[in-house]
Amino acid sequence: MNMEMQTAAAPGAPNTAIQGRAKVVVRKLDFFYGESKALKNINIDLAERSVTAFIGPSGCGKSTLLRVLNRMYDLYPGQRAVGEVLLDGENILSPKVDVNLLRARVGMVFQKPTPFPMSIYDNIAFGIRLYENLPKSEMDGRVETALKGAALWGEVKDKLDASGLSLSGGQQQRLCIARSVAIKPEVILFDEPCSALDPISTAKIEELIDELKEKYTIAIVTHNMQQAGRVSDYTAFMYLGELIEFGETTRMFTSPVEQRTQDYITGRFG
Amino acid sequence: MNPIYVSRRRTDAIIRLLCLAAAGIGLLWLALILFSLLWNGLGGLNLAVFTEMTPPPGSTTGGLANAIAGSLILTTIGVAIGAPLGLLAGTWLAEYGRHDRLATVIRFINDILLSAPSIIIGLFIYGLIVVPMGGFSGLAGALALAVIVIPVVVRTTENMLTLVPNTLREASSALGMPRSLVIRRIAYRAARAGIITGVLLATARVAGETAPLLFTALSNQFWSLDITTTMANLPVTINNFVQSPYAYWKQLAWAGALIITFAVLALNIAARVIGGERTTR
Repeated sequence: MNMEMQTAAAPGAPNTAIQGRAKVVVRKLDFFYGESKALKNINIDLAERSVTAFIGPSGCGKSTLLRVLNRMYDLYPGQRAVGEVLLDGENILSPKVDVNLLRARVGMVFQKPTPFPMSIYDNIAFGIRLYENLPKSEMDGRVETALKGAALWGEVKDKLDASGLSLSGGQQQRLCIARSVAIKPEVILFDEPCSALDPISTAKIEELIDELKEKYTIAIVTHNMQQAGRVSDYTAFMYLGELIEFGETTRMFTSPVEQRTQDYITGRFG
Repeated sequence: MNPIYVSRRRTDAIIRLLCLAAAGIGLLWLALILFSLLWNGLGGLNLAVFTEMTPPPGSTTGGLANAIAGSLILTTIGVAIGAPLGLLAGTWLAEYGRHDRLATVIRFINDILLSAPSIIIGLFIYGLIVVPMGGFSGLAGALALAVIVIPVVVRTTENMLTLVPNTLREASSALGMPRSLVIRRIAYRAARAGIITGVLLATARVAGETAPLLFTALSNQFWSLDITTTMANLPVTINNFVQSPYAYWKQLAWAGALIITFAVLALNIAARVIGGERTTR
């Protein structure tokens, strides 16, 4: 394979492959785990109120890119990002940005469900209480709305006091989505949210993502090409830390420009 | 049958027998200890043991009330000082210092402290507190016990917090939760059973310590709740009484040993029950 092949966008040039407003703008982003460079000159725009899928073989940097968008990498010493990531025009990589406030705006759902060791109700209420002081009745309403928003209300409304850990994997994942939605973020990042779930739970989560994009800007990392095809409006193909090709999902899956994109999508490597 | 498989089965049978024998021998001594304690101690156990003071030499009445109260006070103060310090240090090691070189040093020193002979700790407190203060005191005894509690709690706290999956910390941070809250509200909650178990085990450990109290709290024949002066306690009382020529003192020593053993047993069972909650939940 020819590694010198040109990327879709010329290095450093803005990527204007999206329609509508760009909620997140990534420019000249490099990322390092210690000495090793995991992302190389990434330029991409995430369109507001739409779903952008990141695909690519393991280790290509798609999860790394996602973890830059809410500065999750900050938790670990030795990891650093260089470049610009603009959220509504503000560079979130700036040291002046308060990461906690940023993360309240950019929510994240992880590969494995991560319910907190507390009741279902408190799993939702906990995040809300971080930034809002609500009377009990209003909090009840917010918890209900969040659970309904994650299509979980019907299944748990009679056992809100039960431990979040008592739910099934798929329910736990929807609880985590409800928890993210409850604090009213603007962007939600999904890091392979269905890889630990059965097909029925997966279908529910995908439906949910489809509904969520009416309110939120969504980025999803997935290993499942069909999933990317089903849920996303835009698809980004990454390989070895580079963004190889980016565009509307329908075009990416029908007529990719890059040979490597085509090879990956058709299962010839990856 | 396949000869390789036959020899493997034979080896398996031999090893299993050896393991069983080793376990049996270990349990045998434990059973013998408990049996001799019950045999010798039960006879001396009566209400007077819990209500009357330690008797003067030669007396045939009296109990261990002051020693029991003293042990409770010393252990409580020791754990009250040692457990929070250990908890905070363990938290730092697991949450903040994980990648820090200083943490490696602290962990190493803590391990040494963990296995330090308790009599050394008694001598250390003797030099640090008893000599400058001009006399033995319950406070010094409690501090010696605290020094023993600290490394145990540091170790268990760190281990239990390390077991909390990082994904839980990331998920909490992803909601915009500051680090301190992630630790206090999520990590502690997830590790609660293990941390409480650690504190209970540390309590059980110091409840029976004799050596560190010999040069610190010493002992006291009378009822005293004053921690600035010598304080009666079960381990030292047992130590003194069992070496005496008086039959009644020896009987009290056995009763005291029985009380300590069952208190420690109760703490261990409590630790087991609380620790087991996590796995069943």
